[in-house]
Amino acid sequence: MPKTLFEKIWDKHVVESIEDGPDVLYIDKHFIHEVTSPQAFAELEKRSLPVFRPERTIATADHNVPTLHQELPIKEALSRKQVEKLTENCAKYGVELYGLGHPFQGIVHVIGPELGITQPGMTIVCGDSHTSTHGAFGTIAFGIGTSEVGMVLATQCIMQSRPKVMRINVEGTLNPGVVSKDIILHIISKISASGATGYFVEYAGSTIRSLSMEARMTICNMSIEMGARGGMIAPDETTFAYMRGRKFAPQGEEWDKKMEEWKQLKTDDDAVFDRELHINAADIEPMITYGTNPGQGMGITSTVPDPDKLEDESERNALRKSLNYMGFKGGEKLLGMHVQNVFIGSCTNSRIEDFRMIAALIKGKKKSPDINVMIVPGSQQVAAQIMKEGLDKIFTESGFFIRQPGCSACLGMNEDKVPPGEYCVSTSNRNFEGRQGPNARTILASPLTAAATALTGKISDARELMKTVSA
Amino acid sequence: MSKAISIIKSTAVPLNVENVDTDQIIPARFLKATNREGFGKNLFRDWRYIDNDENKPHKDFVLNDSTWSGKILLTGKNFGCGSSREHAAWAIKDYGFDVVVSSFFADIFRNNALNNFLLPVVVSEKFLSELFEAVTSNPSTEITVDLPAQTISLPDGRSESFQISAYKKTCLLNGYDDINYLLSQREKIEAFEKTF
Ligand code: SF4
Repeated sequence: MPKTLFEKIWDKHVVESIEDGPDVLYIDKHFIHEVTSPQAFAELEKRSLPVFRPERTIATADHNVPTLHQELPIKEALSRKQVEKLTENCAKYGVELYGLGHPFQGIVHVIGPELGITQPGMTIVCGDSHTSTHGAFGTIAFGIGTSEVGMVLATQCIMQSRPKVMRINVEGTLNPGVVSKDIILHIISKISASGATGYFVEYAGSTIRSLSMEARMTICNMSIEMGARGGMIAPDETTFAYMRGRKFAPQGEEWDKKMEEWKQLKTDDDAVFDRELHINAADIEPMITYGTNPGQGMGITSTVPDPDKLEDESERNALRKSLNYMGFKGGEKLLGMHVQNVFIGSCTNSRIEDFRMIAALIKGKKKSPDINVMIVPGSQQVAAQIMKEGLDKIFTESGFFIRQPGCSACLGMNEDKVPPGEYCVSTSNRNFEGRQGPNARTILASPLTAAATALTGKISDARELMKTVSA
Repeated sequence: MSKAISIIKSTAVPLNVENVDTDQIIPARFLKATNREGFGKNLFRDWRYIDNDENKPHKDFVLNDSTWSGKILLTGKNFGCGSSREHAAWAIKDYGFDVVVSSFFADIFRNNALNNFLLPVVVSEKFLSELFEAVTSNPSTEITVDLPAQTISLPDGRSESFQISAYKKTCLLNGYDDINYLLSQREKIEAFEKTF
């Protein structure tokens, strides 16, 4: 029977199917971090269990680390304790840790791929919903809760009901100034923040095929923002070229053997999806969000929808509540609006290509004096590459300062927060109320839009600035 | 923390909001603890207090209004979307709820709730509005959630059945964790690894 890519990988990892219950799924790689793992290790301790397969778990500290002076002890006592606890647990249970100060440290979903740990055909889990990022390599990767982290530590398995499968086909050529972040914000705005709940998504089509691995990761990353468990893209030459020679990627004969396997990882021609969606790349504009869930997005030149024009009462109320929080009115244009903050970072957009793209835009221009900008690379390796390519000079000359790697203002857990009531154009993935700090107002956008906004101090269309970029 | 659940009869707290995300249930800045207890006091923190100040409660927020109490939380659709933080389920359970009722739950939240013996009950949009209506017009309305029978009912007899897998139901009724099950399967897992 023809199978989808998802089914092929899932079936291969089923240890047991429970009747009228979930499948027991074997996990190839497990990433952990300081925030969602301490209670899982506590569970092992309580039951006097070892970590079953310690070589399959990799740890880093990212969610709650400072992005300045990482060489110093963490000031805040609770945060320090959380990071120390991770170090202690990893040492005690024999888990590899890329902690603060390690050259591989960084946001968990940035380091897995860049180190070559993430490989096609794998099942990957992590106590973080954006684990879907790894799906860009043709893996089944999804976020889990702390109890499940404990299960993986104890047995290398979790129990999951098989989700339905959806394919989203994006076809055609992107307009200039439109990047992968815009594609995914466009898709979510079409399907809504809950439109893919219960599904695992495969992204396909000529537009997706034309994207780099990093751009694909941005798309898979935000699958969870439409409710999907995860998103995936079949591996191809782009995938293999990206992986070759990475630290933990297979080498020599092993590589050739794996390549043969990986080439089989695609959806069969006549496989059937539970749902299928078609998107025309030419319809996509640079996107921004106007509300408090990622589905509330629009083209940057559009106007905020008017709640009074909505038929459905609950939708009308939900939109009113969002606009009230954001301080926006229906019918209003956001382009040109003054904002106080820009955040460039997070597992959605903090990889080297993001920095190259921004550097090309800001080169020779100056940051607006009345805007606060936080720029946070996704990993130590990204930070090192920025230096190696001399991009840091471009940033400094334009008046920007680059911080040290971590999740930072994406979730506002450390001191990097957006002040109450202020607006922030952010390259992260969530615009929930208070996500970037109590009462902070987040507008999600691509790195290009964020950088253009940082230059002008107003929500700006990068396409306008690009016209003046010298060739 | 784990304990079996069976039949819960209680008044309910109506939180008529859609798309409640886990950042609302428990904001990230309260995730610094390394144990599972005590998250209830920060449940819906930023909706409960003005300027994050415990001395300044938002009077009209349901948790601050003594009209409402009980072990059942009634909520709008797509509850628990966003982050995978299990702290959200811990906070709800720690606050004193045993059941959350909605027309639609985000996947990860649903699993997390079940792993903490917090029962997510999915009802139709229509029945959900009837429940809200009944509870808001009479706060002493008792709702009965019967896990063995898989039904949720109002005192006047209006009732709906809900879905749960036979496996999960057995776990909840007997106080078993998934981890207990997985540990019992260790030999099978090891055998699987050899063929893999
Ligand atoms: S950057 Fe943000 S979304 Fe990504 S792992 Fe960190 S907190 Fe989660």
